[in-house]
Amino acid sequence: MNARETVLGRVRDALALAPRPAVAVSRDYRRGRGLPDPERLDLLVDRLVDYKAQVRTCTATETSATLAEMLAGLGARRVGIPAGLDRTWLSDWTGDLVEDRPDVPAPSLAELDAVVTASAVTCAETGTIFLDGSHDQGRRALTLVPDVHVCVVDLSQVTAGIPEAMERLVPERPTTLISGPSATSDIELERVEGVHGPRTLVVVIRTDR
Amino acid sequence: MRIGLFATCLGDTLFPDAVRATALLVARLGHEIVFPPDQTCCGQMHVNTGYQREPVPLVRNFAEQFGDASIDAVVMPSGSCVGCVRHQHPLVADRYGDAALRSGVAAVRDKTYELSEFLVDVLDATDVGAYFPHRVTYHPTCHSLRMLGVGDKPLRLLRAVEGIDLVELPEADACCGFGGTFAVKNAATSTAMLRDKLDHIASTDAAVCTAGDSSCLMHIGGGLSRIRSGTRTLHLAEILAATRTAPYVPLETTR
Amino acid sequence: MSSTFLGMPAAPPRSPYGAGNLRGERTFPEAAAHELGNDQLRANLHRATRTIRAKRLAVTAELPDWEELRAAGAAVKNEAMGRLPELLEQLEAKVTEAGGTVHWARDAAEANALVTELVAATGSREVIKVKSMATQEIGLNEHLESQGITAHETDLAELIVQLADDRPSHILVPAIHRNREEIRRIFLERIPGVDPGLDSVPAELAAAARAYLREKFMSVPVAVSGANFGIAETGTLSVVESEGNGRMCLTLPRTLITVMGIEKVLPRYADLEVFLQLLPRSSTGERMNPYTTLWTGVTPGDGPQDFHLVLLDNGRTAALADPIGREALNCIRCSACLNVCPVYERVGGHAYGSTYPGPIGAVLTPQLAGTHAAKNDPNASLPYASTLCGACYDACPVKIDIPSLLVELRHQTTERTGRSAERLAMKAAAAVMGRPKLYTTAQRAAAIGRIAAGRDGKISHLPPPLGGWTESRDITAPPRRTFRAWYASQEGRDALAAAAAEHPADTEMPEEER
Repeated sequence: MNARETVLGRVRDALALAPRPAVAVSRDYRRGRGLPDPERLDLLVDRLVDYKAQVRTCTATETSATLAEMLAGLGARRVGIPAGLDRTWLSDWTGDLVEDRPDVPAPSLAELDAVVTASAVTCAETGTIFLDGSHDQGRRALTLVPDVHVCVVDLSQVTAGIPEAMERLVPERPTTLISGPSATSDIELERVEGVHGPRTLVVVIRTDR
Repeated sequence: MRIGLFATCLGDTLFPDAVRATALLVARLGHEIVFPPDQTCCGQMHVNTGYQREPVPLVRNFAEQFGDASIDAVVMPSGSCVGCVRHQHPLVADRYGDAALRSGVAAVRDKTYELSEFLVDVLDATDVGAYFPHRVTYHPTCHSLRMLGVGDKPLRLLRAVEGIDLVELPEADACCGFGGTFAVKNAATSTAMLRDKLDHIASTDAAVCTAGDSSCLMHIGGGLSRIRSGTRTLHLAEILAATRTAPYVPLETTR
Repeated sequence: MSSTFLGMPAAPPRSPYGAGNLRGERTFPEAAAHELGNDQLRANLHRATRTIRAKRLAVTAELPDWEELRAAGAAVKNEAMGRLPELLEQLEAKVTEAGGTVHWARDAAEANALVTELVAATGSREVIKVKSMATQEIGLNEHLESQGITAHETDLAELIVQLADDRPSHILVPAIHRNREEIRRIFLERIPGVDPGLDSVPAELAAAARAYLREKFMSVPVAVSGANFGIAETGTLSVVESEGNGRMCLTLPRTLITVMGIEKVLPRYADLEVFLQLLPRSSTGERMNPYTTLWTGVTPGDGPQDFHLVLLDNGRTAALADPIGREALNCIRCSACLNVCPVYERVGGHAYGSTYPGPIGAVLTPQLAGTHAAKNDPNASLPYASTLCGACYDACPVKIDIPSLLVELRHQTTERTGRSAERLAMKAAAAVMGRPKLYTTAQRAAAIGRIAAGRDGKISHLPPPLGGWTESRDITAPPRRTFRAWYASQEGRDALAAAAAEHPADTEMPEEER
């Protein structure tokens, strides 16, 4: 017998020796929650700030000016973007704009001062941004290797809790959940921001989208 | 009500003052005390040490002694013994008992209460008319706190005691390190836990450390005695049974 | 009975003796006594466990539906264990469909050989690793090293442990036993080219690790990871992490090899909505950990193009065959039980001798690896490494009743041991206590213990095996009179009658009687 058959056989034997009754999972926890826009926004901002992300709010028409101002403030010169990002978002940006291509080796991405992307969905209660590899978010390496990630979130994409956010995902897409900049609690269980992932996370929330 | 009093083997043999106080308190509140004379031990030590066949006769005896329908409730001054009756007697009966034992155990477990549960939940009494003009700190024993979930019932009872100076014990919910045979099998670790508990007790400057279990109090009291601490241990029942007319007097004069 | 069922079911085997990291060299009391002598360790653990307890309590109290989430988490895990055969097959089919390759490993040796073969096929002599309990359990790093392959741990704490030639002592924070000053010294000694002026500020230490590992992330073409959850419905795997080392390993290399215990499978993608709330709040005390990666097979143009999933048994099916003990398989490795355990807090993780320390380790390790594989098997002492205080059960996000499991494993141990001095003593005690007449006679004998007491009524020394007690505690001498003797006495009857008379006929207690 090969390992597969052996292991599956053992599992069946175990369950024959100690049969389990069928289990009904009751999902009495909060699901399908909705919160008015201002509350979702306040909650999200509170959570992002708590995890040391930089947060800016603006309207859709202010997107370009806000991003240009944030990038300048961060001292960025070369800014990467995924191929599918709305170029008008960076129309006010005067520095170098580098569109990502699949054949660019990941280490080269370290030469970018910052990367600007959109996002798939965001959970307010935990301050978690979900990226799903869509064209306006790019491959995973693009938002990982550069030291600054500027992420645009539309308020309409923001859910109250985790179940509402998970519902909007496409499981088969490579998905990254981001809650603040990279951090560690490995030394005396004290949280320190900034390890391997981007050490600076900037979240631009568009309140009218 | 007719209240079956289970003394527990430890209480009966080594800490009779706590059981006496329980009996007097319940009688003072207007209930009849029934003490089945053939009661012995709940078997907790056996089960917790890994023995489940050996305590079958103990489980059976407990169910028989207190099974009488004329006994409205069974009360004992020990959270861990109540925990044993509630959680371990059914286990032992299911595995090594017969149908009669299983039904006997089920009947008796539903009317078994730890002292603070009995007073607060069954009698709806928090002020039991006690008087105890001393500085006291309360250690919530693990089985009372987590296995039975007595919550703040003992503290509500203590707060209602006249004259008491109740001080909070730092890190009160930390285990004292007793754990039955743990204190012997893992004596070094147990001692480390006890030391921290003694330090916290010392920081309260209390004259008395109280709890709802004589076993944990035996452990803590043994430690306090060894370091010649000025704090002594006293079962919750002994504080609640003390009144202005019958103030606290130790039956035993060993201290 | 199912038509594919042939013959009698056989009890699945434990993890083979001598392989992997599921057994220490000393019994728990011996190892614990040694660790207790380390004041630095005690101070480090004291500080760290208190920090994390406060954080966990704060973020779990924030959710009004925490108990409902716990109940759902427990139920999903129970469901998954009951449907394990079909879920594993479904997971395999979905991963394969999405371009991954699934392998099965009966035990540690088989998993190690599989991973080695897969690494060798890439031509690389190095791998980068995401912190993983499963690969720690099977001793993968040691095996790779023996085959000339270097494994670089990339989690900060794992890196600290690896650089110090130490062993992990905690599920989540393997270097919890080290403080910042110790870590600074380890980095100064072992990281090539590190700034000799390195400070012990945690942020600076983290920056030093970032600089050291950056080059590995950019150049090593193979990564090895574990998995927190594997979704049968979609073939999606997940790694929950904080530092971004996980994202690096799961994204940048050409080849990714994931070793996952078979009990990590969940039925549905939607089940993640429960566990992504339970896990971070229970483990690091955060509302959400900084990074979680979810991937399904291979995505063209994004991440590793060569993905292997190794499904590991190594004693898990043996645990599954125990109707009570199997609950330990529901563990999601959050380490909340370690952080609240008063025993763990004093002795640390090394005393447990296994990859899985603390309360969950005390119930999981004996089931995976057995308790009687050798004479004086250290694993037989693990179920006794607890006071049964119950703090672990309260903290467990999937409601594993660890105290009851400990009691069950103790029972299994005594059932195997047969005749022992302890068993005879237990039998004798039960025989006495089961016979009320004998019991009262014995009580009178106990009162003779008074003669062992000094003038102050204290007993300060007992012979073995009870000597451990009197190392730090006195025993008050037995009283002159038992309760039952008092109760039966005239004095007792009078006292009870007087107490009953204090209760007035009406229900209100007059003020003056108080």
